[in-house]
Amino acid sequence: MNNIASKNPNSADRRVFVSTLLKQLPEALVVTGLGSATYDVFAAGDRDTNYYLWGAMGGSTSIGLGLALAQPSRSVVVITGDGETLMGIGSLGSIAAKQPRNLTIVVLDNGHFGETGMQKSHTSLGTDLVAVAKGFGIADAYSVDSDEHCGEIASRAAARQGPTFVQVRIDADEPPRALPPRDGVFLKNRLRGHLGFPVS
Amino acid sequence: MSQTSAAPGWQQDIFKVLKAGKVSQIAYVPDAGHSHVIRSAVADPEIQDVVLTTEEEGVGVVSGAWLGGQRAVLLMQSSGVGNCVNMFSLLRSANFPFFTLVTMRGEYAEFNPWQGPMGRATQAALELMGISVLRASDPDEVEELVSAGLDAAFEGGEQVAVLLGQNLIGRKKWERK
Repeated sequence: MNNIASKNPNSADRRVFVSTLLKQLPEALVVTGLGSATYDVFAAGDRDTNYYLWGAMGGSTSIGLGLALAQPSRSVVVITGDGETLMGIGSLGSIAAKQPRNLTIVVLDNGHFGETGMQKSHTSLGTDLVAVAKGFGIADAYSVDSDEHCGEIASRAAARQGPTFVQVRIDADEPPRALPPRDGVFLKNRLRGHLGFPVS
Repeated sequence: MSQTSAAPGWQQDIFKVLKAGKVSQIAYVPDAGHSHVIRSAVADPEIQDVVLTTEEEGVGVVSGAWLGGQRAVLLMQSSGVGNCVNMFSLLRSANFPFFTLVTMRGEYAEFNPWQGPMGRATQAALELMGISVLRASDPDEVEELVSAGLDAAFEGGEQVAVLLGQNLIGRKKWERK
């Protein structure tokens, strides 16, 4: 189905994975972690329901938590990287404490800090993010390495049966940058407008 | 309820203002001065209480809540302001309304010298990041200042902190009995 094959049989092509997943979640509210995850989600197709971060490293999962609690009838999907997740790692405990049924966290894990020169991150050096998520209390935490799992992830997200943490092993490559708007006010108002809230 | 009724009046005033101001999420790292509001949030089915592992998570949570159409506030003590500094850039970058209540340490009758450095820098750190600061030192002014700050945040769209002076909270008992 996908014409771009991953270079590694044990890891997914990030762009293919994200676009395949989001195609199956047309109604989801999506928060992206800064850097490559932001570019991946924009490359999959811009939507009013995407909230792209360009900074606030470590904040994507916490923003996802606040949004999920405020919008329990919508699926909220955070798409971020291993470095951004690690910087806000305690938020997994805060998410577990609330158990928002509608929050799915998708970590695109290439084991490296991709934006800063591909230095190895902790997930290349012994940290097991799925074990960390489970340890914090997110019971539905698992790892995948191919976009064949996108259907299942999308179904779980759409079902809103409890918080889910998905580690996606991806290739450590750098696809061309796809840059969404950097105007945080515009992005905020666009999402709030979609949800029917005043935008000023 | 005996605990609640025993809470200082100014703490009860804070919760009343937040409730009347339609705050739906209260994110916090605890402090004794916030204990009544936290207890009341936990007991209130209309308010989500969100305990944090570190204060900068709260900056994200309250911003996410606003994206989703809800008002949320962040409770922390002055040391937590230091933990938040880079995350405050989210507020300015997207002009999120922001309202935080900060119990002060490192000032009145402080027994722990390690609280001093961040306590003395708290107001300046907030202002450096573009957050307006109000300070309550007298129990009788807490309700009005919190109400004014809440309106400035959620009606005026500003980023506002109300510092709750250490003299409100009183001397911390150092000896455990």
